[in-house]
Amino acid sequence: MNRASGNGDLFDNYLDPKRPHAGAFDEMFAADSTVRSAYRRLYDSLSPSKPADLATRAEALDRALVDQGITFSLSGQERPFPLDLIPRVITAGEWAKLERGIVQRVRGLEAFLADIYGDQQIIRDGVLPRRLITSCAHFHRQAAGVSPPNGVRIHVSGVDLVRDEDGTFRVLEDNLRSPSGVSYVMENRRTMARVFPDLFAKHRVRAVGDYAVHLLRALRAAAAPNVADPTVVVLTPGVHNSAYFEHSLLARLMGVELVEGRDLFCRDNVIYLRTTEGERQVDVIYRRIDDEYLDPVQFRPDSVLGVAGVINAARAGNVVIANAVGNGVGDDKLVYTYLPEILKYYLDEAPLLPNVDTYRCWLREERQYVFDHADELVIKPVEGSGGYGIVFGPDASAKELAAIRRRVRANPRGWIAQPLVQLSTVPTKVGQRLKPRHVDLRPFAVNDGKSVFVLPGGLTRVAVPEGSLVVNSSQGGGSKDTWVLAARSSTVDPELSGQRLGTPQEESAPERGPELTSAQQQQQQQQ
Amino acid sequence: MLARNAESLYWIGRYVERADDTARILDVSVHQLLEDATVDADATSRQLLTVLGITPPPGMELDVWTLTELVAMSREHAGSIVSSISSARENTRVAREVVSTELWECINSMYNAVPERQRAAKRVGPSLFFSFVEERAAMFAGLADSTMSRDDGWRFLVLGRFVERVDMIVRLLMSRVGDKPSSPGWVTVLRSAGAHDTYLRTYRGALDATRVVQFLLLDRLFPRSVFHALSQAESCLDHLDNQPSTRVGAKAEASRLLGKARSELEFLRPEELLEDLTGRLLGLQQCIRDVGEAVALQYFHSVPWVAWTNAEVSL
Repeated sequence: MNRASGNGDLFDNYLDPKRPHAGAFDEMFAADSTVRSAYRRLYDSLSPSKPADLATRAEALDRALVDQGITFSLSGQERPFPLDLIPRVITAGEWAKLERGIVQRVRGLEAFLADIYGDQQIIRDGVLPRRLITSCAHFHRQAAGVSPPNGVRIHVSGVDLVRDEDGTFRVLEDNLRSPSGVSYVMENRRTMARVFPDLFAKHRVRAVGDYAVHLLRALRAAAAPNVADPTVVVLTPGVHNSAYFEHSLLARLMGVELVEGRDLFCRDNVIYLRTTEGERQVDVIYRRIDDEYLDPVQFRPDSVLGVAGVINAARAGNVVIANAVGNGVGDDKLVYTYLPEILKYYLDEAPLLPNVDTYRCWLREERQYVFDHADELVIKPVEGSGGYGIVFGPDASAKELAAIRRRVRANPRGWIAQPLVQLSTVPTKVGQRLKPRHVDLRPFAVNDGKSVFVLPGGLTRVAVPEGSLVVNSSQGGGSKDTWVLAARSSTVDPELSGQRLGTPQEESAPERGPELTSAQQQQQQQQ
Repeated sequence: MLARNAESLYWIGRYVERADDTARILDVSVHQLLEDATVDADATSRQLLTVLGITPPPGMELDVWTLTELVAMSREHAGSIVSSISSARENTRVAREVVSTELWECINSMYNAVPERQRAAKRVGPSLFFSFVEERAAMFAGLADSTMSRDDGWRFLVLGRFVERVDMIVRLLMSRVGDKPSSPGWVTVLRSAGAHDTYLRTYRGALDATRVVQFLLLDRLFPRSVFHALSQAESCLDHLDNQPSTRVGAKAEASRLLGKARSELEFLRPEELLEDLTGRLLGLQQCIRDVGEAVALQYFHSVPWVAWTNAEVSL
């Protein structure tokens, strides 16, 4: 019975009409509580299970995560990354659309960044106001004129997507600096396959394990063309960083050194690695350190995490910094609202993925609208991440609204407002039952200069508290394994085609040691 | 030492290594089947069974579950993990007085825990069972290392382990010779051998078949490479052989075979490795078979059980 309110224990009272944000799009059940086609197989496999089965699996899952050391640090404490048992499913058709939209955004933003740190033609042509760029905290004059050898600045990007009430995917924000979370995509999949093997057997899920191969290829391609075998390193702030697990995983999977700032030094605009065999020149730095800490010569002089002189080395063309310095101007939440203009200007295309409607507080009329409708909107700081500082109008008291109006008036450039997007919901294990919880999606794209690879999958973050719309892991969010289904028509069999190394042979049974026959055993017993 | 005990120790080494390697191979293959939608489950399973020396049942579509059942749980198939474990335990029981108590308890508790682990595997998937076997095998190796004196008994145990390791790595490579060089299946080869991290660090992430084969056959430093295993087995035989050194030729057939196989790999040009890879692997497999026979002939003096018929006692 394909019903949400049927006799299946797990889905009891799933589509409770009294739940908060009942208007949200549920990805498993349509409004008439029939199961959507993408989830039908998953539903069929899950609905016969008993809550106790689910509890056993959940326990195994948690243990596996802790054993593998898949953790993140929250306020200095190491915690297992919460992974929900129920995967999120995206069909091949939906994914193809998302992929095209993400590739388009990356291409448009690459062109935008190249222009902003070059001739700034888009400003001269009056498409964007100059003060939009110059007032952006992440626009770094230090990066002007630094041109990477293969032209790529956004080696890795993560585009945060949400699904609105109609089920349309919309972009919530772009992350062009150092988006994190891809390690959880890979590890979630590995863990799920271990704990829930029977679910996989019924689906054709596209693999996510080869991300590091694509990343390494892109990083090697980014090196100066005269370097035959470029040395790539991953630069981490250190073991106490919240994403340290990810840094070490990526370094391990790429087989490159994971370095801290103190392992590198700069001499004559060349970056070297301190090794037991002396110094070794570094060609590409995949850095997971914020711009402000990267180079004490150019940015915060008290930074101990960075490498003094690295920006000048990049300017001299002796090292490539990935992602490039100053990318933050492209993922600024205010610049984001101008993305349709940016795509039109550089690519002459309309955005394939719509933005969430956004009101810009620095424009007088839109600000007035925000003030008049503050109790319906979500007001967000342009700066900041992790869900800090966001004010949900419908939940805020009159006093809070007055306070936020004051703060917006004081710094209109610093705030935007969006209508309350009721993020789509996916069944999530809460206690003994499955309940709808809100999710977003962060797919990861790798640009190697020739093509943009989008990892089929992505990080689905889920807001575990009932009714919560904040999915950040720093706010008690969890994650889900995200399954992009393979198209039914793709019958390619890469395993068994092409030139082979040799021919498989007939079987040969393994050797056995001497064993007593049963007659001999009997004799021994009788004695 | 007693020839019969020596033989048991040699086979304990082989069976434990076999259980470990089979679990590793299966663990990785099962998860590749589950995670990668493009893999043909039936064909891959059949290939794996062939390589492990198990006759695939005819006329039956194989999937992850039947594969696990056959290779891991089945008691009928000699190559399965469960039968390797019980053979290892049987051999330890016979040679109880020459192995340390801790070693015996390790094997025995592993054997006793099998039914429970099998039930758990049925409930939450085979992965738990595989990691149990791998853990116990590692524990066995560690206990042997720390509780056995380095006498001839130890050498027979280690000899068995490395002889089996060569055989299993050869089988592992054999399972992939039908793949094209760029196939993602080569990653699973590395994972099965526990060589993935080391390989990535050695070759900086560039994955291709030539290097994977090179790494697993020729690498001098990696303890699961065929070359390393052959050298270790050879050195065990060297120490076992107490006869005065000969002036011409090898002292014994087993050392001669191992030394020949080792030096062939040692002085092979790496770029020639892929020419006739199948032939080379088959050669190694044959060599291991011959070594087994030569060792038995030289040390175990296996006599057939003598059964008298029509014997009469006359007073």
